[in-house]
Amino acid sequence: MDCVVTGGNVKVLAKAIHSLSRIGDELYVEPQDDGLALRSVNSSRSAYACFLFAPLFFSRYTIPSTHTFLCKMAIKSVQAVFRSLASLEKTVEKCHIKTDEQKNRLTFTLHCKHGLLKTHNLSYQDSESLQAVFDKDSCANVFRAQPRLLVDTVMHFPPSLEEVTVSVSSERMWIRNHVDEEADQSKAMLTELCLASDEFDHFVVQAHNSVTFCLKELRGLLLFAESTGLPVSMHFDAPGSPVVLSVTDSVLEGNFVLATLSDDPNHRGAITPPPPPPDDFMNDDIDSYLIAMDTSIAPEPSATGPPTPQLANSTCTKQPAAANHRRRLHSEEEEEEEDETADSDKPPNKKFCSLFFGSVLPSTSQMSTQPITSQEVLASDSEDDT
Amino acid sequence: MGRILLRGGPNKLPPPDKTKERKHRMKFRAKIIDFACLSHFSRVITTISKLTKTCVLRLTPDNLFFVLCGKVANGGVSMWCELSQANFFDEYQMEGVSSEDNEICLEVTPDNLSRALKTVQNAKSVKVKLTKKHCPCLTIAAELPTLSSISRVVTHDVPVDVIPRRLWHEFKEPSMPDFDVSIYLPPLKTMKNVVDRMKNLSNFLVIEANLNGEMNLKIETDLVSVSTHFKDLGNPPWGDDASQLGRPSQSRDPEDMAEARVDIRKLQQFLMGQQVNPSKAMCNIIHQTVIHLILLHEDMSLQYFIPAVA
Repeated sequence: MDCVVTGGNVKVLAKAIHSLSRIGDELYVEPQDDGLALRSVNSSRSAYACFLFAPLFFSRYTIPSTHTFLCKMAIKSVQAVFRSLASLEKTVEKCHIKTDEQKNRLTFTLHCKHGLLKTHNLSYQDSESLQAVFDKDSCANVFRAQPRLLVDTVMHFPPSLEEVTVSVSSERMWIRNHVDEEADQSKAMLTELCLASDEFDHFVVQAHNSVTFCLKELRGLLLFAESTGLPVSMHFDAPGSPVVLSVTDSVLEGNFVLATLSDDPNHRGAITPPPPPPDDFMNDDIDSYLIAMDTSIAPEPSATGPPTPQLANSTCTKQPAAANHRRRLHSEEEEEEEDETADSDKPPNKKFCSLFFGSVLPSTSQMSTQPITSQEVLASDSEDDT
Repeated sequence: MGRILLRGGPNKLPPPDKTKERKHRMKFRAKIIDFACLSHFSRVITTISKLTKTCVLRLTPDNLFFVLCGKVANGGVSMWCELSQANFFDEYQMEGVSSEDNEICLEVTPDNLSRALKTVQNAKSVKVKLTKKHCPCLTIAAELPTLSSISRVVTHDVPVDVIPRRLWHEFKEPSMPDFDVSIYLPPLKTMKNVVDRMKNLSNFLVIEANLNGEMNLKIETDLVSVSTHFKDLGNPPWGDDASQLGRPSQSRDPEDMAEARVDIRKLQQFLMGQQVNPSKAMCNIIHQTVIHLILLHEDMSLQYFIPAVA
């Protein structure tokens, strides 16, 4: 492989590598006829990302005509080549990428201003091809939005947050943080954001579903989308099947495939429609926000209990059955109560489907023209076998 | 509406005197529209979040108080921050536990509130209300500007603990200590720069001041002694009406220093976190007992007590 990237495209390439680094530790490089594919997958195989740069993206693009070339390398070392995006933009005029198959080396040469050359020789390993099995065109729900909208959305969630749940109706999308059922719900801050369909460029909902996926990879894609200004598309179906986030341009395409939590079909998130729209923002009825409390006044100095009173607990819903039973008298409580208890009785069902990848492993005798056999990857460490 | 909750499981607490036990409801809802008020409120909360992980929020018809009691677990520091609601909120409705105790007392995590408020800085309006979700929450709901005809609404439910009436007495305003010396502080940035550097050398700092407007910050270790001198700082005129009658400072030699040795991290925390640009900052020292830092702003005041260590 021998290709040259010039001008602003160097930064685009760099951003793509940075956003792939949010996915996994290794970069899979595969020069194809239709362009250079850069891929990454996370260790649990629940997230996969691929950028395909069309030949037109490059000012020179030649690939070996005789055989398929495939390699992988530590993404950190490639990131190091493009470490400072700011100086990259100012100083680098072109980037030359060349393979040396005798020495198993991939060479990045940065041609900077004033004739300065920076050469990075990175050694690589041969690898199997990495391919996720997904079909975004068959997804029931399709959205497209400017990156700004999504950036403004995810900024409401703390950086430490792992997963978000996206629910859709025909006119709205709700995004809220997913709290592990094992985690202490009473301590977690819950954030929910509601977006109207007309904030999107494209909004088609055929299935009113909720899916839960990792936020980290979405942030990774947004890093790329924001700097290139490309709109982000989102495709998803039902809980358990992957959500596909993509960016497309005439010379490049990026797809991020993220596993979603497979929900128990009885689980609330899967069957109940999204929460009622908070339309009442301006005129909510204060009476519905009451918190009952006991106000017994004990003799002052003797009260030495910790300031986390049982009182607060009694407004929470995790109660012994007896307490629940007594509260059944109050119809309004009851509904909420049952909802919550039903929920907590369920075994934890947090399980990302990590089996959605097929791995394509061309044997040495096969040429690229031959059909390739696809196999399911079942174990997370299969990439180490080659 | 039958929203009265019965007490939970059987062996929770010694059963309270049934005749005294009353059930009440509380309401709280407030709204900020003004951008400057919102960012000011957010800065105050952020300042508090830098001082403590959890604190108590007392809501009264006129004020909000953030209170931290001096417990051993938090190094003995205590805090009292007072905001006048009218200066922050465009709407403010509250109903306390009863007409004679018209207050609401909550244990909150200021960091959560701060994070929630930071993300809604450019909101058209922000509401803060007490809600019953999966647990009692302070819900921060913001209406964000969009190009769409429908507003973008974000809600943050910050879990809180409701503090029962019988524990309220722990969260009273601290009385003004009978200090030996009261002095205005130099610009807090300057002070922070000094303390930051001293922190690299020692864990403890001696702060001393006199009634002649002089203050020294000192560290002493086996290897090095450093002191920074400030002069002409001025001493606040705590008049006769300040009920400081008979305090020692009235007959005190102006040159005589009162000093306290404090945990330098606590002082640094105070200087680092503060984002409110106070119109006045002062420090009261009770010789070898406590320092009492006060930040005054037109619509808020923050008091912070750091105990002296031997």
